[in-house]
Amino acid sequence: MVASVDAPEKMVGKAIKRREDPRLITGAGQFIDDLRMPGMLHIGLVRSPLAHAKIKSIDLSPALSMPGVVAAFTGEDFLDLNPLPAAWQAGGVTNHAVTPRVLAVNEVHLAGDPVAVVIAEDQYLARDAAEAVIVEYEELPVVVDAKKAAEAGAPQLHEEAPNNIVLEWSCGKDAEVVDKALADADVTAGLHIINQRLIPTPMEPRGSVARYDPGTGDYTLWITSQAPHVMRLLIAAFVLGIPEQKIRTISPDIGGGFGAKIFCYYDMPLTMAISKKLDGRPIKFFEDRVENYVSTTHGRDHISDVEVGATNDGKITALKVKTWANIGAYFSTIAAGIPTTLYGRMIAGCYKIPNIRVDVTATYTNTAMVDAYRGAGRPEAAYLIERVCDAVAAATGIDPAEVRRQNFIQPEDFPYDTGIGMLPYDSGDYERALDKALDLAGYTDLRAEQKRRIEAGEQKLLGIGLSSYVEVCGVAPSKWIGLGGEGWGAGLWESANIRVQLTGKTVVTTGSLPHGQGHETTFAQLVSDKLGIPYDDIQIKHSDSLGTPFGFGSYGSRSLTVGGTAIYKTTDKVIDKVKKLGAHMLEASEADVEFEHGKVFVKGSPDAAKSIQEIAAAAHVAYDLPEGMEPFLDETTYYDPPNCTFPFGTHVCVVEIDNDSGEVDIVKYLAVDDVGNVINPLIVGGQLHGGIAQGLAQALYEGAYYDDDGQLLTGSLSDYAIPKASQVPWYDLDSTVTPSPVNPMGAKGAGEAGTIASTPAVGNAVVDAVKHLGVNNIQMPMTPERIWTAINEAR
Amino acid sequence: MYPQQFEYVRPSSVDEAIGILASNPDAKVLAGGHSLIPAMKLRLAAPGTVVDIGKIDGLAGIDSRGGAKIGAMTTYAAIVDSDKLGDFPMLTEATKQVGDPSVRNRGTIGGSMAHNDPAADLTAVMLALNASVTAKGKGGEREVAVDDLFVGLLTTSLAEDEIITSVNIPNDFANAKQAYVKHAHPASGYAVVGVAVAVTEKDGKVESARIGVTGAPEHAKRATSAEAALTGKTLDAETIAAAAALAADDLGELNGDVYASPEYRAHLVRVLTKRALTQAAGL
Repeated sequence: MVASVDAPEKMVGKAIKRREDPRLITGAGQFIDDLRMPGMLHIGLVRSPLAHAKIKSIDLSPALSMPGVVAAFTGEDFLDLNPLPAAWQAGGVTNHAVTPRVLAVNEVHLAGDPVAVVIAEDQYLARDAAEAVIVEYEELPVVVDAKKAAEAGAPQLHEEAPNNIVLEWSCGKDAEVVDKALADADVTAGLHIINQRLIPTPMEPRGSVARYDPGTGDYTLWITSQAPHVMRLLIAAFVLGIPEQKIRTISPDIGGGFGAKIFCYYDMPLTMAISKKLDGRPIKFFEDRVENYVSTTHGRDHISDVEVGATNDGKITALKVKTWANIGAYFSTIAAGIPTTLYGRMIAGCYKIPNIRVDVTATYTNTAMVDAYRGAGRPEAAYLIERVCDAVAAATGIDPAEVRRQNFIQPEDFPYDTGIGMLPYDSGDYERALDKALDLAGYTDLRAEQKRRIEAGEQKLLGIGLSSYVEVCGVAPSKWIGLGGEGWGAGLWESANIRVQLTGKTVVTTGSLPHGQGHETTFAQLVSDKLGIPYDDIQIKHSDSLGTPFGFGSYGSRSLTVGGTAIYKTTDKVIDKVKKLGAHMLEASEADVEFEHGKVFVKGSPDAAKSIQEIAAAAHVAYDLPEGMEPFLDETTYYDPPNCTFPFGTHVCVVEIDNDSGEVDIVKYLAVDDVGNVINPLIVGGQLHGGIAQGLAQALYEGAYYDDDGQLLTGSLSDYAIPKASQVPWYDLDSTVTPSPVNPMGAKGAGEAGTIASTPAVGNAVVDAVKHLGVNNIQMPMTPERIWTAINEAR
Repeated sequence: MYPQQFEYVRPSSVDEAIGILASNPDAKVLAGGHSLIPAMKLRLAAPGTVVDIGKIDGLAGIDSRGGAKIGAMTTYAAIVDSDKLGDFPMLTEATKQVGDPSVRNRGTIGGSMAHNDPAADLTAVMLALNASVTAKGKGGEREVAVDDLFVGLLTTSLAEDEIITSVNIPNDFANAKQAYVKHAHPASGYAVVGVAVAVTEKDGKVESARIGVTGAPEHAKRATSAEAALTGKTLDAETIAAAAALAADDLGELNGDVYASPEYRAHLVRVLTKRALTQAAGL
């Protein structure tokens, strides 16, 4: 029953363990593949083995004759479903958006394109039956390279996109202005940068389970989605053409996403449509790892030519970038925003660069679709500008740390507009983070040791890499990002609801949701402090469109800064009502009472207080409320952020390279990150660890390759190198704290910072180790062979 | 990652297993399953019948009298944990580098020899230790030197109905100078290149040297020119460098993939041979 509870200890800032973890690490989580329902059927997809071909004929009969096969369909059977939506088309330019249908019709555009579906009693049989389907193809020519796709004579993927061009976009000053600044520069340098294709590889692949209710005409759809509310909207309004309320979407526990689970995929409407065709039998699709690799979205895949101009003392005066961005075979849900808004507009990094021009050409190729992957555009931008800083250092002979210092935006410059269409950076002290990192790493001594080894002719070369990064988080003010601005097809606000129930136990529902980030812990810490309710009395509910208010999902490091702010503002509304009712119960005027540590009391008389639990009970039973007050403590907020947030920091990576074999060893990794104020340092540390691992993996290990026929050569975990624990170094983490003025917590976001920062830190370290030999660039992943080759070629 | 439908049988004796294999050309032996099952899940292999030899008595265990006789079903983990293989420290060290703990707990030495993966670790080690396997089939039991066992990509000289019952290491290189070094693939952990060396000395000169190379060639092979360059010489840095320079000469056409070209593999063979010999020599 109702009990007043002593004010809990302060939770914000405490490194408590995640409350989710006992469930997740003891196998008590509920993932898509754990769903079992009576009458459930399984999908086996018939996928094209060819990367580009006309479909001549499909014979389903061999599959249909197998015992246990219930039905089979081709794309022709789903022509009543619209193609998937293109929800973010780049602002201000023409987008030739060609999205996939649930099953390919007439023509396939990548190896793995689904052309038919078999529905069977179990998943083994479904696969055997899918293999029995006979498809005749007429092979067409293939292109896999983003730049070659735009060249004359390249194989054409879609009639709607001449020359395979999805869009051409630019930002910054006129090309002539930047060309002149380059011509006037004391020194110039050029770089050709391939930001290679990566495969996101969440531990759990993707899947959908759909159940149609023939009685009501309603659907329930369980999905591995980072954005279940958005999926409900997109599928209802754009694919099926039914009211949103006819669909309930649920994201159960999700085993990682890294962006690849943001998007609207073919299997979502497909399972729904099949469930309807089969009178409501639940339909399950769950991809295996090979399917995940060929047909779930990939990330990065940019080819860039860069020119930079600088003064003799290392001040960057001009930066010109031309990038070809590979979009894959079709336009994925938000694909256009990644190489434009989130890349081009972040190209300045932490630096004041007066003349910038970025041109982006995005092209279709016969490869898996490319869309947001942890960092989404910002890692590509950070890698480019941080490699540019080292190129300027090499061209001027100035130390890389000094080049960065020369060009930093200064603390007094904030809010700072880089002049290339990004929102103003909120706050920062870039030099402080750099200085701290250099000091902690022992930078001067490292440089001396590097020199000594070179002079002694030692076999193990030392390389020191710096990365001073800034990124954009907490996306985004709806008006800026939306259709009149950057082209995002909706808003990007978040929502929260808080109900303090009769017993004082509290339910927070949020439109935001976790796929590994620990929302249930962080949000409860926040609410506990604000309302003075014990942490254990607060439950965070999420991920079900039926029980939670609308949210745009978890990506862009926005859950705390946007979703958390919605919660924060809701606690303020609860406190307002608690004070009103508390004052009434104390027979005092509202102006005379204070709320502190979960108690309302008349100023100066804290002993005669009413606890929030007592007040919640009074609000719920509603026997004696002030005139006009509604019962129950139940408040909701919809929050649209006024700006994004801009975390930053400096990472230092030290590598040893065997100059005989090209083998690399990371011997030190030190990060100074500024993510603003921190709610749970343990969770932020975990995010940074995982992020750094993912970023250094791009620098050293990961790369997705297609052969000229469009076959994925790195189609399994035994070819595609996700690093294991033994392949990543110890991380020394430190921080500076520059609160964001954008939200009341002063938080900036930490989900992607590590990934964005670490790729250039490691890449710069490798090149730094061999630069004395004349090497000025190595493409990623910087494998031993590539390093060995670079050393040989320079010699 | 769902295999095609298959029959599963679990014979209780080697003879019963041989009988099934002899009468069923579409059958495959399942030992630890850490090569066969992934291949089946990728649908690269689709045997009609899987013959699980895991419950046959007497196929696991290590007998160290006069060299070492290791039962075919002995797991990598059992080899790592064994106190009977002190004469062959390279075997223990190499086995620690096979896969990961779950692979080592299931994968077997006999399976490794019979599968003859081009990037396996122990194939090179057994070549360097001059080992043999005992194989049993319809025609009876025979001993096959590993020199004669590995004949092609994933191919051995065993007949379809033959099962390896043990791997036998002679006393030739007991307590010899030996080492296994490996450049592991960052994804699979398999050897991009692995080099196993075993060297005996007499009167301060190399009496006998064997070098097994895996990962680079079509199947594990010996670097015979490098072996010859060691024989009769003092095992010093100069000799090692001269021998290592020849290590890629006898391997035939080398493997190449997106991670490492044939040229780089050849280079790694020389680099790792030098490392292995230097380590074995204690220099």
